[in-house]
Amino acid sequence: MASKPRVTKAYTLGFAAAVTMVCSILLASAATLLKERQDQNIEFDIKYNILSVLELIESKDVEAEKIFALYDNSVKTFVVDLDGKLVAGRKAEDVDPKAEPDLLPVYARQDGDEITAYCIPTQGKALWSTVKGYIALEKDLNTIKGITFYSHGETPGLGGEIDKKWFTDAFKGKKILNTDGQIVSVQIIKGKMRSGEKDPQHKVDGISGATLTGNGLNEFIKATLEKYEPYFKTVRREVS
Amino acid sequence: MSPLSKKNMVFLKDPFMDNNPIATQVLGICSALAVTVQLQTAIVMSIAVIAVVAFSNVLISLIRNKVPSNIRIIVELAIIATLVILVDQVLKAFLYDISKQLSVFVGLIITNCIVLGRAEAFALQNKPWPSFLDGIGNGLGYSMILIVVAFGRELLGSGSLFGYQVIPDAAYAAGYQNMGLMVLAPGAFILLGLIIWVQRTITGTVAD
Repeated sequence: MASKPRVTKAYTLGFAAAVTMVCSILLASAATLLKERQDQNIEFDIKYNILSVLELIESKDVEAEKIFALYDNSVKTFVVDLDGKLVAGRKAEDVDPKAEPDLLPVYARQDGDEITAYCIPTQGKALWSTVKGYIALEKDLNTIKGITFYSHGETPGLGGEIDKKWFTDAFKGKKILNTDGQIVSVQIIKGKMRSGEKDPQHKVDGISGATLTGNGLNEFIKATLEKYEPYFKTVRREVS
Repeated sequence: MSPLSKKNMVFLKDPFMDNNPIATQVLGICSALAVTVQLQTAIVMSIAVIAVVAFSNVLISLIRNKVPSNIRIIVELAIIATLVILVDQVLKAFLYDISKQLSVFVGLIITNCIVLGRAEAFALQNKPWPSFLDGIGNGLGYSMILIVVAFGRELLGSGSLFGYQVIPDAAYAAGYQNMGLMVLAPGAFILLGLIIWVQRTITGTVAD
């Protein structure tokens, strides 16, 4: 090997400092340069998820501009509070669920002047990670139109299956209210549903090997629905 | 010595068969299991690993005579981690969907033993060009196994390749079923075991 440097403490410290400097400058500049594109990707992904759960779009092979245009034209967004009252002057997109848990964004599907479906964000702890997703409800605010999970860190192949179509499709048509009009939410059961299962309209098949992920989802989906319930009640009253 | 002389080509070829990092040295198994459910993710992961091993080898080889030996592992890790984060950022900017599917596994390239292993075993003793070839070779050796495993898993587990269905509907109508085991981690273990068996039969490697 070539001449070894004299290893003094000062040299070692200097070397470490130099390496750290170079690495951090590189990373900081890369992060700054790519930020705009990354943010656009995230915005695209969120809007795509809202549109797909409201069944306004089917495939992801659409240009970003079209997604954004469709979103602007057919989705009406607003913010409500825990009492179900409209919060003026706030945009649904700007609400930070961590900092402002009392503000509830709503993304409503508009067909003409009529609101035909509601989409609400939901998030919470599953087994390993915070799972984020959207729940869409039909106009009756009882039937689930769709559900999607766009961000999670669950085990691929097990809990990670929650973002797959076969799993989320099972939620479609399920009811969140019981016959007395109380919120019961939807339960992901352990294993598959048997014939003669009680209350099948409130239950969906679980993922084998991912019971704890399912339990986590059950808990935070119910919590989300309960938070929105005061608002939903006012809407149901207006409709009926 | 010409850049692609026979001696240099050995650095590139050797890790492909005789000294394959996965099949012979059994390194980097964790990520090999995680990203091989689909071909597309396996290929993107392969490219990411090739880029990281090759460039970390070059950079470490460039500073091999300057780095104080008592902090060399930390310095190697800092370089590798920087490269991995760069790759992750680029994927997030240009291949967002795939980067979401790869999730933590891009970040885990940092802990992939192949990268640090090549830095320690090769780049510290060799000039930048052979180190680069060694990195590419090892990356390709890793990729080859990844892609073979992903091919088998996607075909048998989902009946598709690159997301396109290749098993005809008629076969499903006749009672053919996708092998659920292949989608889960044990499927990768079994395929990997078979590949190592075949590879060792060909090369005649015997574990001590």
